[in-house]
Amino acid sequence: MIEASAISIQAGQYELRRISFRIESGQYAVMMGRTGIGKTTILEAICGLRKVHSGIIRINGQDVTRWTPAERQLGYMPQDLALFPTMTVRRNIEFSLRVRRQPEVQRKRRVEELAGLLRIEHLLERSTEALSGGEAQRVALARALAGTQTAILLDEPISALDRQTRQESQQLLKEINRQTGVTFLHVTHNEEEADALADVRLLLEQDSQTGLIGIREA
Amino acid sequence: MGGLSSCFVLLILLLLIADLSFTSTDEFLTALRKPEIQSAFRLTLGTCTAAAVLSVWVATPLGYLLSRFRFPGRRLIDTLVDIPVILPPLVLGLSLLILFHQPFPFSGLFADAPVQTAAEKAAGLQQKPGWILDDWLRKTVGFPVTYRWPAVVLAQFAVACAFAVRTMKVTFDQINPRAEDVARTLGCSRGEAFLQVALPQASRGMIAAGTIAWARALGEFGPILVFAGATRFRTEVLSTTVFLELSVGQLDAAVAVSLLMVAMAVFVLLILRWLGADLSS
Repeated sequence: MIEASAISIQAGQYELRRISFRIESGQYAVMMGRTGIGKTTILEAICGLRKVHSGIIRINGQDVTRWTPAERQLGYMPQDLALFPTMTVRRNIEFSLRVRRQPEVQRKRRVEELAGLLRIEHLLERSTEALSGGEAQRVALARALAGTQTAILLDEPISALDRQTRQESQQLLKEINRQTGVTFLHVTHNEEEADALADVRLLLEQDSQTGLIGIREA
Repeated sequence: MGGLSSCFVLLILLLLIADLSFTSTDEFLTALRKPEIQSAFRLTLGTCTAAAVLSVWVATPLGYLLSRFRFPGRRLIDTLVDIPVILPPLVLGLSLLILFHQPFPFSGLFADAPVQTAAEKAAGLQQKPGWILDDWLRKTVGFPVTYRWPAVVLAQFAVACAFAVRTMKVTFDQINPRAEDVARTLGCSRGEAFLQVALPQASRGMIAAGTIAWARALGEFGPILVFAGATRFRTEVLSTTVFLELSVGQLDAAVAVSLLMVAMAVFVLLILRWLGADLSS
């Protein structure tokens, strides 16, 4: 479960004030809003990469507002995927397991399990620079899943893909959400994507009179 | 426009041809067999390498800091780093000499009257009472700097490091910081994200920074002359050899050493071009 209670975030020129929402465990939530309104900022705040000035963030009921990103153990997949270019696909996926010093047998088992789930077994020994857009997106998702049992935060993960690959990816994301029970928070401004994926829709919008940015369930 | 550009290329080419035609192979080899030149060659290799290693060691975290973080005083540090690049070389040497021989402010209140060394007398430096860095290094640490080989390394490092910092900052600017953010969500601290994700991506930039620092150190002359002197078999490096040979009228030897330095510089530039081509591909 992800819960934000009245969080305020200063992000450059604008400020997000008293944003609140709640996503139940295992739900697939889609956050929408116009470009530049602060969707990425909220994702960064939830995974601990951006400081929250006030308010509380809870993960599975626990207050994690002052925790470091490492302590929160959430999967994060940015828009550009940010795969580690000096590592193979296998090393990318097992990165969090290595950092957390899991034994090699467990690491290998988990990587193969995730590779099977995302149908990327044939890519494991490849360099990340030799991947297509769809393949890179699956590898990034596997890497994020390896690092969490709780929630995955996806920042427009499939917006750059062609129509067919995007539809395949949507099915895959939904399937993984059902199979793993991990909570998903997916940022997009694509209506079609939201229709296909969302159990719950969060709409980030700016009040035309006060100029304040608020969030509501749509 | 094209004619003007080709004039510059032609000038460089003519300079090299003039040097090459001035000396014969025999004269070149005879000059290079001189023990003082061989000693200067060995010292140059050693000090340039030491200065380059030190430069990369300092420039990597500093370049990362300047590239990734916004903090009060960042612009000031960014400007300070460039000062050795624009400072006249002799001024840099003089500044180093003063730093090592000037009593630190207010330290005179607690110190005994100083004893002036022969080197200080020769340099015309008059000591005032107070805590002096070179004295402390000589007496307490047993590692004197001024007019010894460490002064050569320090003089080379002071300039070379500025170029290395600039190179490392550009390197980190070109590396996607998102990857480090993702690494932090995957369990890394900031330091671990730097070491495990950013640093491996910066490896070619580090080699480039080291090569540039090495090349800059090779050409350094003014600060070395002022801060380390040009004592044969002791603080003489190839750039000071050219000066010493010229000052005693040994033009053949000066040209031979110059050609050797040109060869070393070309070698370094070839490495840089290769690295640049590799990075852009």
